[in-house]
Amino acid sequence: MKKLTVLSPTAILGYGFPKESFAAALAHNPDIIGVDAGSVDPGPYYLGAGVSFTDRAAVKRDLALLLPEAMKRGIPLLIGTAGGSGAQVHLAWNREIIEEIAAEQNLSFKMAVIPADIDKDYLLANLEKTAPLGPLPPLTAKDVREATYIVAQMGWEPYKEALDLGAQVILGGRTYDPAVFAALALKLGFPKGPALHMGKILECAAIAAEPGSGRDCMIGVLDEEGFTLFPTNPSRRCTVKSVAAHSLYEKSNPWLLPGPGGALDLQHTRYRQVSDNAVRVTGSEYVERDYAIKMEGARLVGYRTLTIAGVRDPIFISQLGDVLEQVRSAVRDNFEDNSNHSLEFKIYGLNGVMGELEPNPVPGHEVGIIIEAVADTQEQANTICSFCRTTLLHYGYEGRIATAGNLALPYSPSDLPAGAVYEYCIHHLLSATPDFFKPEIVEVG
Amino acid sequence: MKKVPLTELAHVIRSKNSGPFELTFDIIFKDDTAFTLAVNSGVFTPALFAGLYKIPEEEVLGVIQYPPAKAIKATIVRPRPAGSLGETDVYGAQQHAPLLTIQVPVEEEED
Repeated sequence: MKKLTVLSPTAILGYGFPKESFAAALAHNPDIIGVDAGSVDPGPYYLGAGVSFTDRAAVKRDLALLLPEAMKRGIPLLIGTAGGSGAQVHLAWNREIIEEIAAEQNLSFKMAVIPADIDKDYLLANLEKTAPLGPLPPLTAKDVREATYIVAQMGWEPYKEALDLGAQVILGGRTYDPAVFAALALKLGFPKGPALHMGKILECAAIAAEPGSGRDCMIGVLDEEGFTLFPTNPSRRCTVKSVAAHSLYEKSNPWLLPGPGGALDLQHTRYRQVSDNAVRVTGSEYVERDYAIKMEGARLVGYRTLTIAGVRDPIFISQLGDVLEQVRSAVRDNFEDNSNHSLEFKIYGLNGVMGELEPNPVPGHEVGIIIEAVADTQEQANTICSFCRTTLLHYGYEGRIATAGNLALPYSPSDLPAGAVYEYCIHHLLSATPDFFKPEIVEVG
Repeated sequence: MKKVPLTELAHVIRSKNSGPFELTFDIIFKDDTAFTLAVNSGVFTPALFAGLYKIPEEEVLGVIQYPPAKAIKATIVRPRPAGSLGETDVYGAQQHAPLLTIQVPVEEEED
């Protein structure tokens, strides 16, 4: 029976992996190394601002180990969602790191770069081909115009095309997570269900092991009926529960996992412990659907300034809600011309973690307050935050007996300009075809 | 009817974003007995999650049993898209505490 061995060294490029685990994984002679480099979890800033949430030196460390081994063994290295969010700017960031390593290690290879950006004019002309993905409104022309970068998740097809073109390294923009692990398998004709399900688990590397870790290697061996998964660090093992539970993680429905062009149907999937550290998975199916790709985009909201403060006075704490409302209205009154600001208080020790979802909003003996001003410019945010801080610091509330100041400020300077603030404005599907994304071949080194 | 704290039946109780617009809760039970007990109790309904988080029931997008992992999963609409103004938990990883108070009713065994 034909087999394909796929290595996933780390859950996110830059999260790292132990060298011993990597050496042990290479001893299994992988046919391909896949790495997922991105996530939407860190929030809208990184896509919106075009910045990687992973650290450059950490990404370079991982790639400096992966690239030479892939070259030495003549196996492809596939990287999905370059630079964390996968827009052109993230792709360029990651590409520069690869070229730097190639120069330092004297490596030369054929690389495919696959941009995932969606052209705004195209999208504006095709709004009727979009649909909201989740509880949000339909896409508007305003959303499209205001988004700084718009990306969409490519499937495995452009990776297959890049492999057909002879690419040894493939650097993709925003990508459906399993694609980099499944592309070679699907090129070789393995069935989609097991290939994509294996990719879905491998994208988190050893998170699906016990104890789980995103910083460790996992191997998947695919055949035509299913796949077998195991970690290469002897202190971890895959168990039926650890592998089965993974399809719960960060997903709404563990039975049906949608992607571009179809969905993984896990209703008939079986998990079996086949050795102390390995689990065999069979019966995963793939259901074809109309081809659609998931788009993401974020827009600039303004600029943020923070002040962190503590309160210990019980009389003040007992009136906190009222005092903050009065301070808020004093700020509004003083800056009528700059009404476009937002002023928020996070109150740790009351409901700082859960906000309106908090079932038990009762303050402790001390509370922490974050004053957060967001305005059109950093200067305006600084002004609002500063005025709010001084007003709150000296506010004469009912029954006050501590008249020297209401806040314990841990820092000097007390106000922290926090830069640009973004929010998601696009999380929609776009009807497309699998050849929507095109690899470009470049010679490196 | 006797009640057992959920924390005695489950070994994982967690929350996390499922994309930027949804918050999902996973309750993974210790063994088949605990999972079956929880399922049969009938307590894990959209109304339970709506009540715990003080949200309308239509914002509970689903409550799903998942026997392969001995798990029950519920998904709700996020109070706001991840990272928007007013955000308190970008990853949604600390929204599970109300679930720790769930008591699961069990049939008392007859002597």
